Amino acid sequence: MASEKGVMLLDFWVSPFGQRARIALAEKGVQYEYKEENLTEKSELLLKANPVHKKIPVLIHDGKPVCESLIIVEYIDEVWSDKATLMPSAPYQRAQARFWADFIDKKVYDCGSRLWKLKGEEQQAAKKEMIDILQLLEAQLGDKKYFGGDSFGFVDVAFVPFTSWFYSYETCANFSVEGVAPKIAQWAKRCMERESVAKTLSDPKKVYEFVCFLKKKFGVE
Amino acid sequence: MAETVKLLGTKGSPYSHRAEVALRLKEVNFEFLHEDLAHKSDMLLRYNPIHKKIPVLVHEEKSIVESLIVVEYVHEAFNGYAILPSDPYERAMARFWARYIDEKVIPAFWMSCWTDGEMQKGFIGQAKEALTILESQLKGKKFFGGDSIGFVDLAAGMVAFWFGILQEVAGISLLNEEDYPVLCRWADDYCSVEAVKESLLDRKLLVAHFASKKEKIFATKAPVYD
Repeated sequence: MASEKGVMLLDFWVSPFGQRARIALAEKGVQYEYKEENLTEKSELLLKANPVHKKIPVLIHDGKPVCESLIIVEYIDEVWSDKATLMPSAPYQRAQARFWADFIDKKVYDCGSRLWKLKGEEQQAAKKEMIDILQLLEAQLGDKKYFGGDSFGFVDVAFVPFTSWFYSYETCANFSVEGVAPKIAQWAKRCMERESVAKTLSDPKKVYEFVCFLKKKFGVE
Repeated sequence: MAETVKLLGTKGSPYSHRAEVALRLKEVNFEFLHEDLAHKSDMLLRYNPIHKKIPVLVHEEKSIVESLIVVEYVHEAFNGYAILPSDPYERAMARFWARYIDEKVIPAFWMSCWTDGEMQKGFIGQAKEALTILESQLKGKKFFGGDSIGFVDLAAGMVAFWFGILQEVAGISLLNEEDYPVLCRWADDYCSVEAVKESLLDRKLLVAHFASKKEKIFATKAPVYD
């Protein structure tokens, strides 16, 4: 990579992990070059920027790559610290934010994938798990406007891209997010009022088309 | 009023070790509350209701959990020793490598110890690759953190002390001086640091512990750290 000045993001349109980075950059008003990657034929640049995992998203800042979505978001927050602070300032609140972002990382995508990959009893088990996850997150949100309190923060950025997957989860596993976790559903609508989120998140119907494509690809009925 | 800092953990756990070393580096006065993981205390279940795991740091009645999150908290909440770098890019790199240790190095090494046949061969291959990549990050430095230990060194504590013990009990030789001279030299240097030495159990005790639990771990693949 040339040590060019500027910001580039290697990403894949529907990736909720890439969307975290895009939302953070948009909140901060950072100008950057977006590069769509073909994940079946990864570019030289991606392989060079992330030789260890070969995954997106990768943020390249003045020629230096940063990998792993939550690490990217913290980096963006620390470098462009003059505007739209995402992490709280007190150490305890910061630890809480990292805990819930880590919880979302470990649970949501994996459980969500099982909702569309599996059938029968296994799918029912995944559905119960997803409902538990959503209700736990709802308890954490409480009556706050955002997970970050009055301001949109780190945990909101970590979770909001998955809201465009709710329709797919609901359709595949036959349940309603609004039914099991109404505050989460309201929070999702509130986040969509933010330009950074509205301009970044994929249309839920398009996400569902993508899930159907994956189902065919993996031979799921 | 004096700060009350308690660490719920076990000496046998490399995750608890990370939190303990962080507190010692910052010279924090803390009370170590040893958990019996077969009979988890009410305190543990109260302070970590979601994961029910150690380590748990309790600071002025508020709990912080997940070992790397605890280390970052200790770095930020207490003055003194800098566990993480001050530069944002270097900090991102430290976080990346700590995560790599947790997601790639440790699981591959662990499974290499407690499987056999073709499956074991596969895990050994993965573990060797992960160790090679990790070793390359030392790049001529004494520690991952530079001249003194930092976030990545603490994350890699399991590599420095526990890996040798586990492979001895399992009867394999994965992390050895011939294949990983730089990493083995780092391991010795890491274990010689005062804050680390004070946190480590006697090696013989830990070998005996894992040897006694060998069959159980082989069957379940689940760690037994106490």
